[in-house]
Amino acid sequence: MSAFIAQHGSELLEKTWQQIYISAISLFLGIIVAVPISVILLKFPKTAKDVIALASMLQTIPALALLAMMIPFFGVGRVPAIIALFLYSLMPIMRNTYVGLTDVNPDTIDSARGLGMTKMQLILKVDIPLAMPVIMSGIRLSAIYVIAWATLASYIGAGGLGDFIFNGLSLYQPDLIFGGTIPVIILALLADYLLGQLEKKLSPKGI
Amino acid sequence: MVEESPMVEFKDVTKIYSKSKQPAVEHISFKINKGEFCCLIGTSGSGKTTLMRMINRMNSVTKGQVLVNGKDVKKFNLVNLRRKIGYVIQNNGLMPHMTIRENIVLVPKLLKWPKEKLNEEAERLIKMAELPESYLDRYPAELSGGQQQRIGVVRALAADQNLILMDEPFGALDPITRESLQNLVQNLQMQLGKTIVFVTHDMDEALKLATKIVVLHDGKLIQVGSPEEILHHPANKFVESLIGEERLSEAKYETVKVKNVMTAPVKINLGASLNDALAMMKERHVDTLLVIDDDNHLKGYISIADLQRKYPHVSSVSDIMLPINATVGPEEYLRDNFSRILSRNGQYIPVVDAERKLIGVVTRASLVNVVYEKIWGEKKPATEELEKKAN
Repeated sequence: MSAFIAQHGSELLEKTWQQIYISAISLFLGIIVAVPISVILLKFPKTAKDVIALASMLQTIPALALLAMMIPFFGVGRVPAIIALFLYSLMPIMRNTYVGLTDVNPDTIDSARGLGMTKMQLILKVDIPLAMPVIMSGIRLSAIYVIAWATLASYIGAGGLGDFIFNGLSLYQPDLIFGGTIPVIILALLADYLLGQLEKKLSPKGI
Repeated sequence: MVEESPMVEFKDVTKIYSKSKQPAVEHISFKINKGEFCCLIGTSGSGKTTLMRMINRMNSVTKGQVLVNGKDVKKFNLVNLRRKIGYVIQNNGLMPHMTIRENIVLVPKLLKWPKEKLNEEAERLIKMAELPESYLDRYPAELSGGQQQRIGVVRALAADQNLILMDEPFGALDPITRESLQNLVQNLQMQLGKTIVFVTHDMDEALKLATKIVVLHDGKLIQVGSPEEILHHPANKFVESLIGEERLSEAKYETVKVKNVMTAPVKINLGASLNDALAMMKERHVDTLLVIDDDNHLKGYISIADLQRKYPHVSSVSDIMLPINATVGPEEYLRDNFSRILSRNGQYIPVVDAERKLIGVVTRASLVNVVYEKIWGEKKPATEELEKKAN
């Protein structure tokens, strides 16, 4: 292992950073799009079903195929990879946010409205805090997916730890395959742990 | 003097929910004055909650007008209107993610009170809820249902709202907790003079708390009145059934006056002879006679024992007459005199008017009838049923 690090050390750091970069941006975009959409969907329950079904459908497209489909539109490189991973991240976040928001006790909402909260106050001070644990678990799930699938982004030239794996595959060098895989696993676990801590911090204490 | 406008006024209010043709409430008009404790009562589906929620526009008004302080609720800014009206719902509606302190001062905080004032308010109100100050930093889930609802109640007072809406606030509580909360609300209302609109399906609760009861059925207003009026003059069978037979006969008993049960006295004139007295006793099967003067004023009584003892020596009723101290007036309530009559050694108590003229007697036997009706109501006595069975 030390031989591998001595030989590929700086490359490993660079690829890991690329992996983090691609995943983080995809996830970030996923959150800032999926959460507000879910809040809006709350007002349109019928449309909500269709939108969530559409997002679920996106999820069924094989990851490799989705990445490949990006090429005609966005060419190769990071941008199409980020777009594809962003689409993937939408579904778990959206579904959890929607479920979390619809599960907030109607009595609590009724009482908050009755006491004179504005619509915005209701969303920011009641709905989202109370749905936070469920929203966060959707984000954690998305993060793991995105980090794992970002490996495939190497295939369309986005870089990342997938480069090691694909090189290992074509050169038949198992150490390259493991050298790419193990950091991905560690990254995914680390992201899950950190987001778990964040979840604890963001989730209100009383519930 | 300019007449003060009522706190809340319903003017021919009709509400039709968008998905149904049947109106939830129709053509409702009544007023709630300042400081009144108004209970809206009815079975489920009667429209009582719908009606209450129109006051703070949680429900919209389809037709007619709802006025608060003389102003149509539609003309208020929605959020400001709600912040001015306290709101308590059945399952307390506390924010589970906020501490008790944050919950109590929710509305003042929305109104952007300074922080120190918020803390003062929280401390003042937790005292009012009769809970320790240490609870302020707890979360609702750490409190019992009754304690949570105490917070729910005082939260509705936090921004000094003069009008408070309560939607079956104690429906989910056990009877003992419910009673203590009813007392809390009643005390607060009396001390602070708030106007309360209180939805309930529990007539006991309404009779205990209300100064005005509004009975609703199938979206229609059936009766508006004070608890006494509702109890003693129920508008129809529905109101009667809501009150319940037991309470009705109880109420009937409550209002029975002495004059309703008194019977004709067996009386004799002061100047009559003992022979006449004895004859009358024999004829009427009694052992005492009430003695009156020529103007029917009650003077005293004579008993067979005295008559027998003194018969040969004296001849006039006045010679053996004993004074009577205990009397009742015809307009007095029977319930107030019940034990007095029963505990007296004699068999009856004379009824005299303001001029002490004898107008009747209440006998133990007539009390039996009252008790009988109170317990059995209008029903046929059990003995008859037993007899039927025996046959």
